[in-house]
Amino acid sequence: MTAPPVRRIALDRHPRVVSPFEQVDGAGNGQGTAAGATAVASPTARRRAARPTTAAAERMRLESVSLAYGERWVVRDVSLPVRQGEVLALIGASGSGKTTLLRSLNRLTEITAGAGRAGRITLDGDEIHEIEVNALRRRVTMVFQQPNPFPMSIFENVAYALREAPIGSGSRPPRRRRLRRSQLEPAVREALRRAGLHEEVGDDLDRPAMALSGGQQQRLCIARALAADPEVLLLDEPCSALDPISTAVIEELIVGLRESVAVVIVTHNLQQAQRVADHVAFMHLGELVEYGTAEQVFDEPRRQRTRDYIGGAFG
Amino acid sequence: MATAQPAAEPALEMVRPRRETTAAWPLVDRLAYLLCWAVGIGLCLVALGIVALMFVKGISELHLKLLVEAPSASLHQTQSGGFSTPIVGTLVVTAIGTLVAVPIAVALAAWLNEYGRPRWLARAVESGVETIAGIPSIVLALFGLLLFARPFFGFLSGSTNNGAVTGQSFLVAGLVMGILAIPLVAATVSEGFQQLPRRLREASFALGKTRTTTTRRVLLPAMRPAIASGTVLGMGRIIGDTAIIWILLGGTLHNTPVGSTPILKTLRGTGSTLTSYVFSNAAGEGNSPQKAYAAAFVLLLIVLGLNALVTRLSGGRSLYTTRWGAKR
Amino acid sequence: MHRRDAARDRRVELLLGALAVGVIALIVLILVTVLVNGWPSFSANGLHWFGPGGDVVTQFRAMQSSIPLPGHSIYYFRAWPLIWGTLLTTVGAVLIALVVSTLTAIFLTEFAPLPVQRVLLPVVRLLAGVPSVIYGLVGIVALVPWINENLISDGRKQSVAYVVQLNGASLSTAIVILTVMILPIMVALTANALTAVPPAWREGSAALGVNRWRTIWRVSLRAARPAIAAGTVLATARALGEAIMIAMVSGGRPFEANPLDGLTFLFEPVETLASGILEEFGGETNTPIGHTAYAMGAVLLFSAAMLSFTSWVVRRRLRRYGVGG
Repeated sequence: MTAPPVRRIALDRHPRVVSPFEQVDGAGNGQGTAAGATAVASPTARRRAARPTTAAAERMRLESVSLAYGERWVVRDVSLPVRQGEVLALIGASGSGKTTLLRSLNRLTEITAGAGRAGRITLDGDEIHEIEVNALRRRVTMVFQQPNPFPMSIFENVAYALREAPIGSGSRPPRRRRLRRSQLEPAVREALRRAGLHEEVGDDLDRPAMALSGGQQQRLCIARALAADPEVLLLDEPCSALDPISTAVIEELIVGLRESVAVVIVTHNLQQAQRVADHVAFMHLGELVEYGTAEQVFDEPRRQRTRDYIGGAFG
Repeated sequence: MATAQPAAEPALEMVRPRRETTAAWPLVDRLAYLLCWAVGIGLCLVALGIVALMFVKGISELHLKLLVEAPSASLHQTQSGGFSTPIVGTLVVTAIGTLVAVPIAVALAAWLNEYGRPRWLARAVESGVETIAGIPSIVLALFGLLLFARPFFGFLSGSTNNGAVTGQSFLVAGLVMGILAIPLVAATVSEGFQQLPRRLREASFALGKTRTTTTRRVLLPAMRPAIASGTVLGMGRIIGDTAIIWILLGGTLHNTPVGSTPILKTLRGTGSTLTSYVFSNAAGEGNSPQKAYAAAFVLLLIVLGLNALVTRLSGGRSLYTTRWGAKR
Repeated sequence: MHRRDAARDRRVELLLGALAVGVIALIVLILVTVLVNGWPSFSANGLHWFGPGGDVVTQFRAMQSSIPLPGHSIYYFRAWPLIWGTLLTTVGAVLIALVVSTLTAIFLTEFAPLPVQRVLLPVVRLLAGVPSVIYGLVGIVALVPWINENLISDGRKQSVAYVVQLNGASLSTAIVILTVMILPIMVALTANALTAVPPAWREGSAALGVNRWRTIWRVSLRAARPAIAAGTVLATARALGEAIMIAMVSGGRPFEANPLDGLTFLFEPVETLASGILEEFGGETNTPIGHTAYAMGAVLLFSAAMLSFTSWVVRRRLRRYGVGG
């Protein structure tokens, strides 16, 4: 599978308030820099240049997936693809089932007693309920809304997934690797680099993780999730507890990551979805109302309900 | 399973996921899991076994007359005498100890939480109370003997034939038991102070009341449950201790009064409690294990009762939110 | 009115403060008086007080009869068998209890089905309040005879009969009952700490593909470390100071149990510092036996103070990684 073409986010040099239904001319937008972490998110929406369609590799597929807690269906009949090389945003109001859907992708819904499901979810063609659950979660990792670094040093946090990954599979029972620090360190630093945290903490990795700021902790959690080289990265409103600067940093990060992992992000922040997403799935009351590219959903929504949501009629 | 949904939906076949099985875990993890189960069940069996043993033996050996008859010094211990005297002894020592410990502990807790200046002194006192909690009771008993065997304290106990003060009596034992119980009561009461909402104090100060008045009139009444449960915890500690009794109460089978003042003469004299009775009958010269079982059973019932009382008083909070015998 | 109130307030504060200072004075008093009364024993023996050298029972008898052993003063005393006994029982019980209590707490909070949990946790708490003399009773009437009949063969008894009598009251009995005695506290503290671990960590670990046991082992236990440490120190203090129960089940003979004896080692009687005081001390503070007993008490006191200090240090260090103390 060839890597999709490198894209840059086109940033408005002079951002202006744009209603989602207005067409913006393709010209007249300056080239933003991907490294501009100081490009503070303006409260207005930024539009991106149209993306040339490329067949991106499909990583996961949801087919008629329904999820229930107890006797109540919270997600009904959702079918979606999750592709590598793009960011899929799940948007919708509270209670729309988007978080539940996200959590079903790595079978985290099973932790709750009384959860039920119907339909099929596959990862690289394999039904995920037939893969061993911990093996699945190493390939499909998740970052949560509240940063939750473990009470250990930065190094130990990132190395956690690496240490706990047993090698060997199939018929032989898995063993656990006993790795020395020198063997783990390159992978840890690489993960920190991918999460954009290495510059800030690379000098002393033995500091307690709890001493970091909120934004740094969240990036640490992203690094931790990336350490074991997952195929899919799930993000559950990762920036909602963070300040705008940290949010911008992480959004840059997310876009940069999509080349190597499939990213699914749940967000209730429409502007964030507009900034980072390639494909968008809008959910309402458990149903998939609309799915399409970001341009389609935000500029030319096909359903009235989508229009209402994007226009702010409810939320 | 079909559910009642607004729109007419075909019934969807729901699959309920199973809990994570250990089948796919590495061998080491499965062994650890089994080990936890084995140890857990094993320990609980042991615990239940001990309780069951005490109950079965105790009930079989306990006759009502044992509770009301005084012990008799007789060779046929299995036939004669009960342990009413040790029961009274337990009550007396506990009463004295509690009377000593509770006011001091409450005053200490009040000072630590409401006044507490200068700061270094408050920290020192906190560590101090925790240190007392760590002192073995037998060492406290030794200290008590040293202190109260002085002629100055002669009024608290009796004297031996050559005129030396024995330093062994109910009063002495009770006082030292009080010292023993102070840390536990103080810890409970202190936690009670900390859990009182700030607005109580703020409201009182806003009305111009002094700290003393606030503490006395506003806080202490609100502290009744904490003081009550602290008292009961302290009583439990006192009732259960044997070393202090053995050294400071003389371990005589009957109460041996000293002097002639009523009541005071018994308090100044030696005697025994349930704990020393069990000890001497199980291991010492008394050697009547049946009665030891019976007395131990009574002791256990008392402790159980106190435990239940504490749980009721503190609304379900157990012995361990304030650590047994030690201040947090 | 105000001034009178303020003055009274100050008086009360001073009074209470004096009481608080009194507490510190009491501790100092305890330390000083016990040490002073034990001093004659220390000064007569020097540092050898802690060392080996002869049979403790003989030494006590000499003191009792006021006939000093040939070549030594009346205060001659070598406490090593008692110290050794204390070390064996305390360290043995605490180590076993540490492992057992951690596993049990994990079982109770993570793996046990809910009805089991609901029954067992109160039972554990109940056991912590049981007086030690009852444990001693159970030991002496149930465990000692059982060990005597089932674990100590006649051959074994013969093999050491010329030195000591084996009758089941022994090191192993003491360790077993001591372990059972300190377990409830440790289980309760550890279980409390485990249930207090933030669910976010557990969820985060699960989401990384780490199974439940490894999550408990690497995250929950780590978060519970301060509580486990505190419980261990508390239990050690309790084990160290336990006199009555040990006196009932350990054989009452200050015998220096020898690990080189092989399995017999476990069945040899021991005596600890605390139980030794209980057994030998009669009540006169001014006799050689009295001074010796107070010297032993001073050693216990010092150990208890060291334990308190250790607990404080450990809690401070573990606070660094963001877990509660």
